[in-house]
Amino acid sequence: MYRYDEIDARIVRERVEQFRDQTRRFLAGELSEDEFRPLRLMNGLYIQRLAPMLRVAVPYGHLSSRQLRKLAEIARKYDKGYGHFTTRQNLQYNWPALEDVPEILSELAEVEMHAIQTSGNCVRNTTTDAFAGVAADEIIDPRPYCEIIRQWSTLHPEFAFLPRKFKIAVSGSEQDRAATWVHDIGLHVVKTDAGEVGFKVIVGGGLGRTPMIGEVIRDFLPTAHLLTYLDAVLRVYNRYGRRDNKYKARIKILVKAMTREAFAAKVEEEWIHLKDGPATLRAADVEHYASFFTDPAYETLEANPAEFTAKLAEDKAFARWVERNTRGHKQAGYRSVVLSLKKTGVPPGDATDAQMDAVADWADQFGFGEIRVSHEQNLVLPDVRERDLFDLWQLAKAAGFATPNVGLLTDIICCPGGDFCSLANAKSIPVAEAIQQRFDDFDYLHDIGDIELNMSGCMNACGHHHIGHIGILGVDKSGEEWYQVTLGGSQGSGASIGKVIGPSFARAQMPDVIEKILSVYVDTRTEEERFLDTVRRIGIIPFKERVYAKHN
Amino acid sequence: MQNIIKDGAVLAADAWQLVRPDAEGQLSVPDAGDVIVPLSAWLAEPERWASRDGRVAVWLASGDEPAELAASLGKLELVAVDFHAFTDGRGYSIGRLLRERYGFAGELRAIGDVWEDHLHYLWQVGFNAFEIKDGKAVEGALAALGSFTDRYQATYREPQPLFRRHRS
Repeated sequence: MYRYDEIDARIVRERVEQFRDQTRRFLAGELSEDEFRPLRLMNGLYIQRLAPMLRVAVPYGHLSSRQLRKLAEIARKYDKGYGHFTTRQNLQYNWPALEDVPEILSELAEVEMHAIQTSGNCVRNTTTDAFAGVAADEIIDPRPYCEIIRQWSTLHPEFAFLPRKFKIAVSGSEQDRAATWVHDIGLHVVKTDAGEVGFKVIVGGGLGRTPMIGEVIRDFLPTAHLLTYLDAVLRVYNRYGRRDNKYKARIKILVKAMTREAFAAKVEEEWIHLKDGPATLRAADVEHYASFFTDPAYETLEANPAEFTAKLAEDKAFARWVERNTRGHKQAGYRSVVLSLKKTGVPPGDATDAQMDAVADWADQFGFGEIRVSHEQNLVLPDVRERDLFDLWQLAKAAGFATPNVGLLTDIICCPGGDFCSLANAKSIPVAEAIQQRFDDFDYLHDIGDIELNMSGCMNACGHHHIGHIGILGVDKSGEEWYQVTLGGSQGSGASIGKVIGPSFARAQMPDVIEKILSVYVDTRTEEERFLDTVRRIGIIPFKERVYAKHN
Repeated sequence: MQNIIKDGAVLAADAWQLVRPDAEGQLSVPDAGDVIVPLSAWLAEPERWASRDGRVAVWLASGDEPAELAASLGKLELVAVDFHAFTDGRGYSIGRLLRERYGFAGELRAIGDVWEDHLHYLWQVGFNAFEIKDGKAVEGALAALGSFTDRYQATYREPQPLFRRHRS
């Protein structure tokens, strides 16, 4: 993984000192609330309902065991002993004291971490596939480019005050596991028949109040031009994006207003002046960054060793966990393990300090000291020998990490909602919990199969409800919390925005509503169909009829 | 109190008078002395400015198009860019365009909601003068120019990005 050199370390330290001084001036009354707000947001600090919230950047979801132990230590020392992993692959602390934040940042800097640009109207943490570098279907490892983008976007002097937040995702695989179609910029690695590597550039996707699937503005951008082209897109957005209405300020609104063709032409016009300039990546530049992401010292192993297959045969629960919570690996004899943070009764994405320490230990013991945060809010151990899976499973089970529900109904993507967030219209965690409690029968869950249920407590869509196969959105109706349901959203290559099925529901109705939706699926599915396929085939009407039927 | 920083030092005196439209949108330009007038006025009355006593400079609002000033840049000693709110970042792109695309070599001054926390960015994109907002410390602003000793990007001040200077 990437390691800081002296300059990276210095820049982060200087940012800590700058923020320390900003905090000091705010507390001394030299900066007003309005002046401090944009400055603290650019460093991930919110003032929340109960306490400040600090969002720590986990660049493209990559953590070392040392970094994860530091996150655990901070949770113990400055917070209430837990943290929340987010859909941007970051970590949030819900209870730090404002006065402690500079010190927390200083501790993070010791392990090459920071909170730079984790909020505010600037370029946010770049995200990618949690299985980058190990996925069996990878075209090119996206991580060197993620790091190049991280550095380019960090404290970029021209783009610190954009019209609105700006999110970039990179996918290096055939299958898009980075939700690139719903980002401000999505980059898909493309390899031509001649072997040339570049990016398909998607712009103007996004969730929030006006969900949209992005538009392709360039089918093939040679990798050398990545940064000059990003500069061109951002400059067009910075100059022409709306600033009069924050709900219309995202780049998607600009692309829509200008049309894809006109926006793309404007970017090209800008790019002519920047193309081939000093920010052009030479082969040696890319090699420098790629040198941090080489394969670890894999052993030469046979796939499916006898001891592993024997355990699979004799232990049904283990087999189920392997089926749901592990993924194929490019290296024979290894698998990637998803540690589920979706245990019933625990807010989705939350992990305690002890759990973080345990995961760090397993990363050292069973892997190469690396952990990934997935945008589905789980943790991933990328490289585990198949022969070690049984031992790891037993440890994970004991620590509450082995719920075999990855990709199933109860693997809910969920924002912190009204329990913590001052923007939320409604609580989300209790709804997730009620659904997890209702559907606690694993045989039923496995029968339902692959399904994505995403929930947000407000229009800002941190829980990505629009791209959930089932989406739940908390809404406020004259001071009461209600929940709107969408069906048919999806991430990935055939990304789509879910459709609202009708009037919203009270919280207590939600488990019943989900049950009725699932019953339509069970009654009408063909043998091969996943839930999403059925929704796409039959449309939302049959679901709507069953859910809103009177006294059936 | 003098509140203009130029090229890393507080100016002892500054002759420029900034002319902003009044509440009705009317401009009242003093008959004598050095003035900074809005882009729209500059473009509308070229003869007036050419025949006037005293120097004339131009300021751009964040929504103005710097290309419209390109033909005049050779005649101007100073161009100012107004930040009506520090969170409106359009002026940063305007600064780079004036310097890098249109080759402006004179004084580029940031005016409006300008104070220490943005100066290092403003300096990087090409501003060399800052009119610090009333009530904000000028000393702190001077120090803030040195908040960061290096940066990743290609900028006006350092056209070579970090990866070309150190890493390959």
